[in-house]
Amino acid sequence: MASGKEIRTQIGSIKNTQKITSAMEMVAASKMRKAQDRMAATRPYSDKIYNVIQHLAFAHPEYKHPYLQDREETKRVGYIIISSDRGLCGGLNNNLFKSVLKDIRAKSDKGMEVDVCTIGQKASSFFKRLPVNLVSQTAQLGDAPRAHDLVGTVKVMLDAYNEGRIDSLYLVYNEFVNTMTQEDKILRLLPAKPEKPSEELSHHWDYIYEPDAKEVLDNLLVRYIESLVYQGVVENIACEQASRMIAMKNATDNAGDLIDDLQLVYNKARQAAITQEISEIVAGAAAV
Amino acid sequence: MAMTIHVDIVSAEQEIFSGLAAAVFASAAEGEVGIYPRHTPMLTKLKPGEVRVLKDNGEEEQFYVSSGMLEVQPHVVTVLADTALRAADVDEAAALQAKQEAERALSDKTDKRDFAEAQRELVEAMAQLRAIERARKGKGR
Repeated sequence: MASGKEIRTQIGSIKNTQKITSAMEMVAASKMRKAQDRMAATRPYSDKIYNVIQHLAFAHPEYKHPYLQDREETKRVGYIIISSDRGLCGGLNNNLFKSVLKDIRAKSDKGMEVDVCTIGQKASSFFKRLPVNLVSQTAQLGDAPRAHDLVGTVKVMLDAYNEGRIDSLYLVYNEFVNTMTQEDKILRLLPAKPEKPSEELSHHWDYIYEPDAKEVLDNLLVRYIESLVYQGVVENIACEQASRMIAMKNATDNAGDLIDDLQLVYNKARQAAITQEISEIVAGAAAV
Repeated sequence: MAMTIHVDIVSAEQEIFSGLAAAVFASAAEGEVGIYPRHTPMLTKLKPGEVRVLKDNGEEEQFYVSSGMLEVQPHVVTVLADTALRAADVDEAAALQAKQEAERALSDKTDKRDFAEAQRELVEAMAQLRAIERARKGKGR
């Protein structure tokens, strides 16, 4: 059995760890709240732009944009994968990567090739060592990313789509359901498919486009894709903080359990030492 | 009550204005536009400039928009503002940078490795060592 002093040091070190994890838990909780606010703040834009896109589906533009049309065959697909920059957030990133890999494998079994673009440190170090084609990456966006930080990454993929190097584009991120639940999500960005228009608005009409339909639609659809990616990033940050909060809470609880167990062992060892000492004294006295 | 039109001004990061107005003025790509209720549907690009919202109580609010899109429906006006001035060459430069980042990450295998990766390699190496040790013990006996 370990001696009293050893156990005491061990308890001390676990207590220190517990302090760190509980501090991280609190930090994550407050960051999560801010991230959730930010998530809510981005929603109006994406709702509005989605409405406009849907209106476009109702309208009958003389110009059909390539982003809205399926290609005949898909030879190569692109993925934009969003992860956190830091670890210690439970299985969040790994679960996401696992489901992407499954998807990628299914695609490559069908003979499609895969291009990957990563946002976040964890994704880039994970996909770097896999035999996939990593075409662009962004990392260290911080807790409050700006929408224009993502322009470059998105443009690489859109250019690839425009030039026919990829035939469809997917966005991979964690969806914030609630504090306890985050779900990995694979969303098809391109070709974009707005939902079927409802009947009331489907009579013939069209916008006036200024300067012209092509230019306006180009602009609008690029913004649409960017807003989806931006929202994915913001949502992923909320997920990261929520997941870290839960992970750190578990770690704190586990440390508490460990300390309780060790305390029992320590008490037992101490009691045994005392008993031994007494019996030694008694035996010594009897010998005299 | 005078006729009003619902106006939403949003950027990717936040909602800037939402409410009823008597009219909206903006500098569109083809020139200044003034939008009153029951305007015909229109979709246009915005030039850097002001968006003025004339509220039904006669007050006027002004917003600066660096660029963006303006959508007009008979009773709804939506301004989708960009958060920063967007120009083709700036976008191009950003795209180039993202590409270079990836190339750098792929080629940069020797000097500056990030901590997480080093840690991962350490764990892998330790697992290998343990496996070797186990194999060696198995042989010894």
